[in-house]
Amino acid sequence: MDELVSINRREALKAATGLLTGLVVAGSPLSLIARGPAWAVDLSALTTPEGSTLMAVARTIAPHDKLDEAAYALVVQALDADAAKDKKNRAMLKEGLAKLGPRFAASSESDRVAALKKIESSGFFQAMRLKTLQVLYSNPIAYAYFGYEGEAFSKGGYLSRGFNDLRWLPEVPAEDSGPMPT
Amino acid sequence: MSSIDFNDSNAVVIIGSGAGGGTLAHELTRRGVKVVLLEAGKRQSNASFSQVPGDAFAQLTWLDPRTQSGNWGVARDFPTLPAWHCKTVGGTTVHWTAATPRLQPWELRAKTVYGDVPGTSLIDWPIQYDELFKYYEIAEQRLGVTRRNGVPGLPASNNFKVMYAVAKKLGYKQVHTGYMAINPRPADGRGFCIQQGFCVQGCKTRAKWSTLYTEIPRAESTGNLDLRAECTATKIEHGADGLANGVVYRDARGKEQRQKARIVCVAGNAIETARLLLLSDSAKFPHGLANSSGQVGRNYCHHITGFVWGIFDKPVYSWRGATLAGVIEDEVINEPKRGFVGGYRMELVALDLPTFPLVGLPYGWGRDFSSIIEGYRNMAGMFINGEDLPRADNRITLNANVKDAYGLPVPNVHVDEHSNDQAMRKHSQGQMSKMYDAIGAKRTVIGPTPPATHNMCTARMSADPRDGVTNAWGQTHDVKNLFVSDGSALTTPGAANPTLTIVALALRQAEYISQEMKTGQI
Repeated sequence: MDELVSINRREALKAATGLLTGLVVAGSPLSLIARGPAWAVDLSALTTPEGSTLMAVARTIAPHDKLDEAAYALVVQALDADAAKDKKNRAMLKEGLAKLGPRFAASSESDRVAALKKIESSGFFQAMRLKTLQVLYSNPIAYAYFGYEGEAFSKGGYLSRGFNDLRWLPEVPAEDSGPMPT
Repeated sequence: MSSIDFNDSNAVVIIGSGAGGGTLAHELTRRGVKVVLLEAGKRQSNASFSQVPGDAFAQLTWLDPRTQSGNWGVARDFPTLPAWHCKTVGGTTVHWTAATPRLQPWELRAKTVYGDVPGTSLIDWPIQYDELFKYYEIAEQRLGVTRRNGVPGLPASNNFKVMYAVAKKLGYKQVHTGYMAINPRPADGRGFCIQQGFCVQGCKTRAKWSTLYTEIPRAESTGNLDLRAECTATKIEHGADGLANGVVYRDARGKEQRQKARIVCVAGNAIETARLLLLSDSAKFPHGLANSSGQVGRNYCHHITGFVWGIFDKPVYSWRGATLAGVIEDEVINEPKRGFVGGYRMELVALDLPTFPLVGLPYGWGRDFSSIIEGYRNMAGMFINGEDLPRADNRITLNANVKDAYGLPVPNVHVDEHSNDQAMRKHSQGQMSKMYDAIGAKRTVIGPTPPATHNMCTARMSADPRDGVTNAWGQTHDVKNLFVSDGSALTTPGAANPTLTIVALALRQAEYISQEMKTGQI
């Protein structure tokens, strides 16, 4: 998990403005791949409260109750990187955050949904939605959570690793299928 | 690999190295013709293909700016990406999913068979089916298509087992693992399919046919090919005689170059092919090159497409296995009783996890949206591939308000769906939903129309020069040494994935060009 800086090996970042941290929950998808008992994400353009609010936005857009907070922190990390690169981007995030207010993260899911519905057509929300979908499902925590096995070439493909292991339906007759390569 | 002089006016210049351009380059060079092959993208290899879905997308996809208009869903859901094709040596054959069905005989006579459908610009093909069929047979051997010429089918994946069971439940008969240009066993110097499910990211075993590692290196080994990667054609020039005589392009460093040519063949995929002809206007051809008919860019077809997902209470692991290896062909018929003309295929499909929420699902967010993704493990997928009807105003134009990196107008893609298109989509989605429901899916989800992977008909072949851009050999009606060599030349799209037809037409065109060169006609 190179994306997540483990607390233990975290170096003091001069430019850091915020920090998101959490514990690795025992038995969670993250616990299978984490290097230590806690995770941390440094922010360089956003503050810790801003990061927490954006994390709550991401969780409201794509709620998966048992998916580790760290996966949502990766979304914020990507947003932070964009904000650090581009002032306009940073201004858009700050403006959106101002609209949501400081109590957004602590409010109930139905209140969060209602607040986001009000700003659904805004550039801020649309950018949040896109970034959430782009980042949340493309990292090892999500792969572990959804059972997605990803790249297969290095392991010889799925030919002998379950591409045809479904047993709850009848097998396909030979004429409509094909032989296994030998 | 040879180096051809910029001023060599005997060179054939081919623009684009995909199914059409790459095949044509091989066919001409092996007959001794000197070819300059211009390719806008970089050269990758099976070693360099990224296996990280997002990175692979960025590595292979044509991402130059484009605009859209019209009422089709893609303009709303994917406003910056009307089409999903490649910008790399080998073109779209690098990321294609390798389904290679043939067009049906009646699909070549769409106007005659479908009759006068208001709001369309249907015409019949200027080629008889028997003629096309001869080249299908050569193309199928060349590509090593499964279920043809004694090549066995691919073995059934989990996702296909679901498709097979549901199709049989509804009484469909023509259901199998598809006609695929994917080796089920080693052949032609390429490896065999190890069921990676990464067809779209570039096939690392090269089981899947691509011009990148078949036609292009073979053309290079003749000594007659000068492949210039990262070279983007910006204009085709002509002389006072009205014949094409060269191509202006930007090289890898952005420097303008000019290659003299005896013959120019355009194979840049239907959007860029039309754009390049339109960009090549002149005093003699004020509406663009080969556009006296006004047909360049018109009649844009993209197939009726869309995903349907079935979510079950047991695992499917749809991502394991060749992405598109499964088909139901029973609906490839013209039966107006269904409420539309033309036919459609139902094809197996899976999307990797990162791509699925972005492309596979209709716009949404919140609990309902994410609950679909919760079922990813237990999900099976199918895809429509149906015939859309050509319309004069569904077209590629130049958007003077938006410029690319070279200051040239970007293409605008305009699509207003015909009611026939909508009726076909509704019927096919209904059939697929019915199928999944019939074996107890917990939920079926109808996905959006994704960016077009099949782009066709923008410089179509026509018997009458007023109806299209080229004759039956892809030779433009207006300029006899200018050819269209990709899916742009298809007269109508039919319901077949276009690559096999593009290759067949390129094989045929190569014979014609070399013959015409020999006799001094061009």
